[in-house]
Amino acid sequence: MIMALLTIITDNWWDIRDLSNLSHEIEKLIGDANGPAWLIYVVSGLLGAIGIVSFIGGVAVINIWVERRVVGRMQSRLGPNRLGPFGLLQPVADAIKLMQKEVLMPGTASGLIFTAAPIMFTVPGILLMAVLPWGRNMTLASLDVGVLFLLAASSLAALAVFMAGYSSDNKYALFGSMRVIAMLVSYEIPIVISLLGVVLFAGTMDLQGIVLFQEKYWAFMILLQPLAFFIYFISVSAELNRTPADIAEAESEIVGGYHTEYSGMKFGLFYAAELINAVVVSAIISTLFLGGWWAYKLDEIVPGWMIYIGKIYGVYFLFVWTRGTLPRFRIDQLLAFAWKWMTPMAILNLILVAAEVLVWDESGWSAGVMIPAFVVINGTLAIATVYAFMRLLAPKFERFPTALRFYSNIDVPSLPATADGAARAGTQTV
Amino acid sequence: MPIKSEPVEVNIGPQHPSTHGVFRMVARIDGERIVDVKMVVGYLHRSMEKLAEERTFTQNIPFTDRMDYLAAMTGNLGYCLSVEKLAGIEVPERAQYLRVIFSELQRIASHCMATGAFINDCGAWQTPVMYCFRDREKVLDLFEMTCGARLTTNYMRIGGVAFDIPDEFLPALDRLVNDDLPYRFEEYEQLLVGNEIIMMRARDVGVVTPEMAINASLTGPMLRSAGIAWDTRKADPYCVYDRMTFDIPVGYNGDAYDRMLIRIEEMKQSLRIIRQAVHQLPDGPHKTDVPLAIRPPAGEAYSRVESPKGELGFYVVSDGGPAPYRWHVRAPSLINLSVLKEMTVGQTIADAIVTLGSIDINVGELDR
Repeated sequence: MIMALLTIITDNWWDIRDLSNLSHEIEKLIGDANGPAWLIYVVSGLLGAIGIVSFIGGVAVINIWVERRVVGRMQSRLGPNRLGPFGLLQPVADAIKLMQKEVLMPGTASGLIFTAAPIMFTVPGILLMAVLPWGRNMTLASLDVGVLFLLAASSLAALAVFMAGYSSDNKYALFGSMRVIAMLVSYEIPIVISLLGVVLFAGTMDLQGIVLFQEKYWAFMILLQPLAFFIYFISVSAELNRTPADIAEAESEIVGGYHTEYSGMKFGLFYAAELINAVVVSAIISTLFLGGWWAYKLDEIVPGWMIYIGKIYGVYFLFVWTRGTLPRFRIDQLLAFAWKWMTPMAILNLILVAAEVLVWDESGWSAGVMIPAFVVINGTLAIATVYAFMRLLAPKFERFPTALRFYSNIDVPSLPATADGAARAGTQTV
Repeated sequence: MPIKSEPVEVNIGPQHPSTHGVFRMVARIDGERIVDVKMVVGYLHRSMEKLAEERTFTQNIPFTDRMDYLAAMTGNLGYCLSVEKLAGIEVPERAQYLRVIFSELQRIASHCMATGAFINDCGAWQTPVMYCFRDREKVLDLFEMTCGARLTTNYMRIGGVAFDIPDEFLPALDRLVNDDLPYRFEEYEQLLVGNEIIMMRARDVGVVTPEMAINASLTGPMLRSAGIAWDTRKADPYCVYDRMTFDIPVGYNGDAYDRMLIRIEEMKQSLRIIRQAVHQLPDGPHKTDVPLAIRPPAGEAYSRVESPKGELGFYVVSDGGPAPYRWHVRAPSLINLSVLKEMTVGQTIADAIVTLGSIDINVGELDR
């Protein structure tokens, strides 16, 4: 059996364009051998699961290097460059260091929750990867309600963060988890509403369906929904705890936030899971807004899953870029940002999309007219709202005189006479 | 049922990623808001003022390096000035110009560090610190070229400076001051001034009113941000500052953002001073002959310099012996910190960190 599997793989090694061919081969093989029907699901499911878990694991290892190296270059330094070529073995050294460390737990911590939290934090990322389409037929679990599943599973991570912070019995950790809950409550709303715009346009919650919609109408969703992309990107970086919204683990304020008390491989899991979550969110953005595995004509030459990984890393680079660039908001500013700007804008976007979809359905005009019109309308709206927001923000500071005053002479108050009798008084003219 | 709540006591420092050094701030926090702050200093107390009474006047110069280790040159200078005043020593012109050049270079180095660390306290992920360090390193290269040390320079001597500048110093300084740093400071301004997030974080945060500033005898950028034009270099010129043309930037609002602007502007003014000093630099000896074990006549002297943190004063009392009878340092870090409670109570934790960062304390100098 194993030999037969190996021959299938070796015989079809060239057909990497769509790895789902493999499961068809397995299906055929099991059918030929009169195997039970459930075996097909088990084997192909296992293969997919192994693929996804190994991708996640590889990503967690590679991204330690990617993040440190890219940010290093942005900060005018070299980044890791000692271990292996280009410092590529740095993650290995990091992992060895973390594993050697003693795993400490505060005596007053609640042990079960404290231990479960890092695991809980890692799981949602892996769960999410299962429903994302990697190619035309490459989805491990094709759900009709894929977007709903995404939203449900991605907010699990915040729960894990809360568990970690609450069980640590540490004030910094408690502050971190309080902030996480405050952010969860605020940022889930714009996330959901902005994704609703995408769902409404595509007419399906199936992620593969959304990719196929983009392929059918020859337009990335980011062109149709720029404002939703903008809102989703900002909200999700708040949910991911990345700057400018890393207030849950704000290093300069509350030390490490929720993972202050974690050490050793428990901390390592948090660290890896943060990178995993960033990649998973990049994958979601690639699927929903950037066409997933489809890229105009390119996907006929290059395997879809390679395009997909390329897009994931493109979006991930954006996350690293913002992290290396922006300072942090204060929590009240961040929440005000969510409630006063993101949520209303997301609702406005949703209303506009609803109207557009209605017009499209009712009028019966061809997509060739409607899609460019929507691109123009929504693009204008996005630019206008972002500009309006900048203008709204600016007057807040107008009451402060911004420029400095310059003095070349200063008035010195009369000083008592010095020991030698000469008085050092009057204006010093320089 | 009413919810019972009570403030939580949180230690910010002595081991905390954003306390500068080992300063400890015990904050009582109600939710995110600070209701009370207790400052605990002394973790880096090295008893320098007492130790100095056992060492000769010359041997005390290295202590001044280790006080404000980010601005060792101005520390050296302030101490040497006080001893020279006490002993009535004339300093050669060239040494005075070199002192001005090096203390202004030191101001640039220290303000670079302060600006970078301040933006880091605002929550940026190390990037501004790295940018500022890059430029600070270039200044420290010049120090290394001249006296062999980068951080604790121990360069000034009683009666002059330890070494004359090497031949390659002036071309290197010219490159740095005219080609390199002006563009860097412009870059800082482009990145930081008017940045919405920094405005949101630093505007109206940690406000010092003029009354507060005068009552607490604040100096340096803290005082100037409050709108009071005062600079020891203008008010009580030492060395050859009275021959230099430069402006004192003064803020309107007294907030953390103004202090950042003032630091960036002061770096530019320092470049101006250095250009003039290099232009006027005379030939001549770099040091007068002063015995190593100098015995100033009995008496007392106070001299002050404008260190990057504020007015750094040295009070030296001599009983005619080889060691000071009493040595007291007026450390701007300590005095500027005294308003921290007034500034932070009522703020959130995040603002308190920004406020602390904008004061620009140096714990080496604070605890001495």
